[in-house]
Amino acid sequence: MTLREGKVGETFCVEKIEPSPLKSRLMTMGLTKGTKIEVMPSAPFGDPMAIKIRSYKLALRREDAKKVIVQKVG
Amino acid sequence: MSDISIALTGNPNTGKSTIFNQLTGARQKIGNWPGVTVDKKIGYLNYQGRNITVVDLPGTYSVSARSPEEAIVMDFLKNNKMDVVVDVLDSSNLERNLFLTLQLMEEGIPLLIDLNMQDEAKKRGLVVNKEKLSQILGMPVVETVGRRSDGVKTLLSVFTTEVMEKYHPSEMIQSHIENVKSINESGKSAEEIEEAIIDARYALINNIVSEVVTIDKRSVSVSETIDKYLANGILAPFLFLGIMYVVFLITFEWIGQPIADLVDELVAGPITEGATSFLEGVGVSEWLKAMIVDGAIAGVGAVLTFVPLIFILFFCLSFLDGTGYMARVAFVTDPVMRRVGLTGKGIMPMMMSFGCAVPAIMGARALDSEKDRLTAIMVTPFLTCGAKLPIMALFAAMFFPDNAANVVFLMYIIGVVMAIVAAKILGATVLKDEGSTFLLELPPYRIPDIKTVLLETWDKGKGYLIKAGTIIFAASVIVWFLANFNFSGQTEEMSESFLAGLGGIIAPLFYFHGFNTWEAGAAVINGILAKETVVSTMGILYGVAGEIDPDTAAEEAEIFLNSGMGAAFTSLSAFTFMVFSQLYTPCVTALGTIKKEAGGFKWMAFSAVYMFFLAWVVSLLVYQIGRLLGF
Repeated sequence: MTLREGKVGETFCVEKIEPSPLKSRLMTMGLTKGTKIEVMPSAPFGDPMAIKIRSYKLALRREDAKKVIVQKVG
Repeated sequence: MSDISIALTGNPNTGKSTIFNQLTGARQKIGNWPGVTVDKKIGYLNYQGRNITVVDLPGTYSVSARSPEEAIVMDFLKNNKMDVVVDVLDSSNLERNLFLTLQLMEEGIPLLIDLNMQDEAKKRGLVVNKEKLSQILGMPVVETVGRRSDGVKTLLSVFTTEVMEKYHPSEMIQSHIENVKSINESGKSAEEIEEAIIDARYALINNIVSEVVTIDKRSVSVSETIDKYLANGILAPFLFLGIMYVVFLITFEWIGQPIADLVDELVAGPITEGATSFLEGVGVSEWLKAMIVDGAIAGVGAVLTFVPLIFILFFCLSFLDGTGYMARVAFVTDPVMRRVGLTGKGIMPMMMSFGCAVPAIMGARALDSEKDRLTAIMVTPFLTCGAKLPIMALFAAMFFPDNAANVVFLMYIIGVVMAIVAAKILGATVLKDEGSTFLLELPPYRIPDIKTVLLETWDKGKGYLIKAGTIIFAASVIVWFLANFNFSGQTEEMSESFLAGLGGIIAPLFYFHGFNTWEAGAAVINGILAKETVVSTMGILYGVAGEIDPDTAAEEAEIFLNSGMGAAFTSLSAFTFMVFSQLYTPCVTALGTIKKEAGGFKWMAFSAVYMFFLAWVVSLLVYQIGRLLGF
């Protein structure tokens, strides 16, 4: 599945990021393979979404989150 | 002892600016890095007899040259031999912060690690073993709490080149550097290499963090609770509007306006009187006296009254930025801004332009892509700035006395709608969408460091002050000259002046707009110099200026109505004039800023022409459709 479908409170593990212009920036911000991501409450209308990663909070658009392939761990 | 040069580097939101400000205080110079609109800050201090120069490099997450900021940090550190490069880390967020550290180490740059925000880390139950970190990285590690100066003092005491020589990277680091080297030479594609190196860095970071950081206790962060209201819930957009409303109240009603009124009184009263009697005392000629008093002082004074407003608005916005709230505003407004062809980060310039387009245009620096920046620069001047407001207020009170407030509000809406339409048009033509993205850290809420907020306010506001003294000064003298002279010399009748002539030349442009008088033409020309002069020009040209000092807006409108102005406009042509004034070419100060920020004369000329054209077309439609509808 992709991070786009992640619901608040769920935890995921990054599998890979599909090729996209944002890929290297996402990786630089810490979304590397095996990294744990917790989905945080999003903006009022569901987009952008917020995630907790490497002990900080990052906002990204769902459209971009579509490129992040994840596996649910909790 | 010898002098020392220091560079500060680190991620955004690590308190790096606070450290910089604590170190150097107000002894700093802010300029631009050559060729790019990124602030260059250099500060100076003296510590135990040594002169220290501190360069505050832009905050970046990495130095991979993906943005102008990243390129600057890398170029600077490679090309300048600094005595010490301080890497400021947020102790509560080592995992991501160490990424930049490793990247710099790979480049062979010796670092002094500053574990900042110790207090916050402790609050979150994180304990960082600084000896261990120092041992692994092979670099001196100092702890600081940015807002307190004691840690900063420690930082200073370690600033010696001798200390730096004692440290050597551990085996862990050395093998990482070897590893990176072999990845670089693996012959894979540039993309694959970059990704492999990023993975390697984070793998190492995971190891370092597991050895260095221990978690004491898990605590629910206050930020999450605050975010529930300010960033997540359905109330968030309304709270944003409410907070902005308070900011505007503070700026225009509670604090800013009273100070502005005071400045106004000071300029109109003691300064004007003082200058007049001084000039009379020295015995200068009548026209020179008039030029200085009615031209320069009146013109600069009109702009000076806006200075307090600008500074207060900037203080509020800098303060909010320092708390971390502005990142939430970008987060909440992104869906709306995206429709317009911008991103959430564009909201800050938009808010500022209700005060003044000049800081708004400068504020566009915060945007990620060149396209976003240019779009923001090109559309923010459509909004109703503080100088346009008096035009709207006067015309509304004169011609729509029963609905004045609604008509003024309608003008604000027209400005916003036009900004949106323009962004759309630009996005489809000159500024093609390259697929914008939005990736933004939401830092924990913090109490802003007041020194940093004040310095930031001063830094942004002072440009306006300088412009009041230069561009506006020159423009006021020119306008005064144009209004008082013609080819045969000084004239008593303004209707025979150069200004009247110029007004008459452009008046036919507005034949189908219903306000093709030379007076309106002259006001339009003056409005390009400074929008605050539109009303005063009208006042002078219709002979209302001088002795009147109305107590209320209604009285002022009454006086203007009884002059020739009441007969010169119909309700419809007055409305058309308002729409035109709302939308046409920004003032020269804004144009000058556009030239500087957008990078060239071309954009400045483009903005002047396209805004004039759009304003002309839209107001033409308003007038002609209004006539068809029988207004």
